[in-house]
Amino acid sequence: MTSAPETAERAQAPSYLAEDFTLWSWLGTHDHKRIAVLYMLSITLFFFIGGLAAALIRLELATPQGDLVTAETYNKLFTAHGVIMVWLFLIPSIPAVLGNFLMPMMIGARDLAFPRLNLASWYVYLAGGALTLGALLAGGVDTGWTFYTPFSSMFSNSNVVLALLGILVLGFSSILTGLNFIVTVHTMRAPGMTWFRLPLFVWANYATAIILVLATPVLAMTLVLVGIERVFQVGIFDPALGGDPLLFQHLFWFYSHPAVYIMVLPAMGVVSEIIPCFARRPVFGYRFMAYAILGIAVIGFLVWGHHMFVSGQSVYAGMVFSLLSFLVAIPSAVKVFNWTATLYKGSITFSAPMLYALGFVGLFTIGGLTGLFLAALALDVHLSDTYFVVAHFHYIMVGGSVMAYLGAIHFWWPKMTGRMYPESWGRAAAAIIFFGFNLTFFPQFLLGYQGMPRRYHSYPSEFQVLHLLSSAGAVVLALGYLLPLAYFGWSLLYGRRGGDNPWRATGLEWQTASPPPTDNFAQAPVVTQEPYAYRQ
Amino acid sequence: MEAPVAAHFASRAQQALAATFGMWVFLATEALLFGPLFFGYLYVRTHFPEAAGAASRHTDLVLGTLNTATLISASLCMALAAQPQRRARSAAWLLWASAALGLAFLAIKGLEYRHEFAAQLFPDRGFAPADAGAPAHAHGMQLFFVLYFAMTALHALHLAVGVAACLVVARALRRGRARAEQVELAGLYWHFVDVLWIFLYPLLYLVERA
Repeated sequence: MTSAPETAERAQAPSYLAEDFTLWSWLGTHDHKRIAVLYMLSITLFFFIGGLAAALIRLELATPQGDLVTAETYNKLFTAHGVIMVWLFLIPSIPAVLGNFLMPMMIGARDLAFPRLNLASWYVYLAGGALTLGALLAGGVDTGWTFYTPFSSMFSNSNVVLALLGILVLGFSSILTGLNFIVTVHTMRAPGMTWFRLPLFVWANYATAIILVLATPVLAMTLVLVGIERVFQVGIFDPALGGDPLLFQHLFWFYSHPAVYIMVLPAMGVVSEIIPCFARRPVFGYRFMAYAILGIAVIGFLVWGHHMFVSGQSVYAGMVFSLLSFLVAIPSAVKVFNWTATLYKGSITFSAPMLYALGFVGLFTIGGLTGLFLAALALDVHLSDTYFVVAHFHYIMVGGSVMAYLGAIHFWWPKMTGRMYPESWGRAAAAIIFFGFNLTFFPQFLLGYQGMPRRYHSYPSEFQVLHLLSSAGAVVLALGYLLPLAYFGWSLLYGRRGGDNPWRATGLEWQTASPPPTDNFAQAPVVTQEPYAYRQ
Repeated sequence: MEAPVAAHFASRAQQALAATFGMWVFLATEALLFGPLFFGYLYVRTHFPEAAGAASRHTDLVLGTLNTATLISASLCMALAAQPQRRARSAAWLLWASAALGLAFLAIKGLEYRHEFAAQLFPDRGFAPADAGAPAHAHGMQLFFVLYFAMTALHALHLAVGVAACLVVARALRRGRARAEQVELAGLYWHFVDVLWIFLYPLLYLVERA
């Protein structure tokens, strides 16, 4: 005999997990929720592979001598780490997993506009992942994730073309997801779900999708041109044959700077959902939050030249790009202030998702403010290509995006699985990750300021104390990342059932069963009120 | 019998809107896919103005112009097929005409490529046009031909997809299973590929030919 109330509740429609149990019901699914789970499993695998490369890097840097790996292997390690973390983990992380799972439910739809395209994007992702991983395992690539020419096109003896092909394929997966999201938000909203009733998570994924669709094809064609230069030995980017390396950098950063916002905007969306829920307050300045997201997306397209201050681009171009880069700080600050103002007079609960969200706000602020240092022309000459840059973007991408991703997984875990994770373990892991992260990356600001360049496997011994602190932090961080893997696995089998809405959150996704049925809602929802209707 | 509305849409109108809007978003991403090639072209024209002119004079103006006319005719057929009052049978005929003209374009383009390979204009190591001149000049000409082949080949690939789309929609029309917006979708894509050529033709064939 099973317990009566539970079976009665589930008797209406089976959850998306219980719909069917065959392997093909997963591999051939058109359900956005199942595709999200497929994405989650694949990006988790790649996260730990990329993390392994990072662990080897930090292990090498524990001593000043290059004693663990050769310089060449070290180059391949940081390339593998960068390529995997950027294209196989961070870019798809929040959009393809949580955006996929939640966005249709948040707007009251039964699925994304193009479910088959959604599944196709996962298969394309897998194909791209296999090619990229193949290139990295069959001898590796030593160019760094930026593939700067003419090194990547003329001189490197590693598997550049295969890696380029893999990233090209991954790019098309991103484009398909982005296209699907844009069309879904425009055409699939439930009756009454006006644009300014959209949860900020939807706004964030919408803005991200626009960047994915407009920036990624530029990267794709740029990588094709690098491949053409390499295969046919013609000079598109090689100055010896009439090309121009700056041409490559312009094209590459036209994608790769907006890509930073692909990684961080969805994270901002997550934080905008978690903070109101655990402060029991409507988000402060909702409209400005939405405008700020769009503002960041638009300005993000106009600042790529700040990666090229010391590359020989014209000083005047540098001045304009510097000014525009400072502008990004305005909408970013609007967001940070509004999150803080949302907390004001709230009834705050420090559950694990909230700890991650608050961690995000602090670490993103540090990452953003150090970005202003780098946007200042004169200061950038000193800091360019040092560990200061490494620390800066890890504060945004790890301290920002990964923290938010983990917060989101904790927050929506009961929605995805119907079960709770162990709360005290969740809080402990959040604290360990926060501590480990800062121990790893704060010393790198100091290293960079003192002149330690990035991408070297050996260094003068006066830097050892800071490097050792950083490596020690990496050990703590690794432990922090392994913990959730363990207790989420445990929760799948033994976790307490959380009910449909354990956080008493607003939002359409919480008004259906947990886990939701395949069609998301028993009856098509009609929206009658503003988002974040939290009252104390 | 029209194909039924997919289960996750609330209405046929919603499905048609999603499909059409999706095509527009797709065309936006396609336009940016060509972006780096146009940006590279800007580089060649500004850094190697004379070499670009010399290289452009090697392209086959007659065949290029013929192809432009072919493609515009194909677009006319497509525009006629997409007229709202048109019956399925005649729309299918017009789509077949578009596809046939598209194939003619590809055949002519292939002929051009053959001539260009024979004249050693393919920009690999064997690149050796008669008037190559000094190394810097030759590099500029070679770069122009890199872009010529990249742009026209990518365009041809898109056109081949367009031909396939015409045939698929024409078949659905003949069987009475086409959705109302399907001809429009094929048309949007086809005209995009056509407009691309309208840019490529003067940029590649007409430099310093006035």
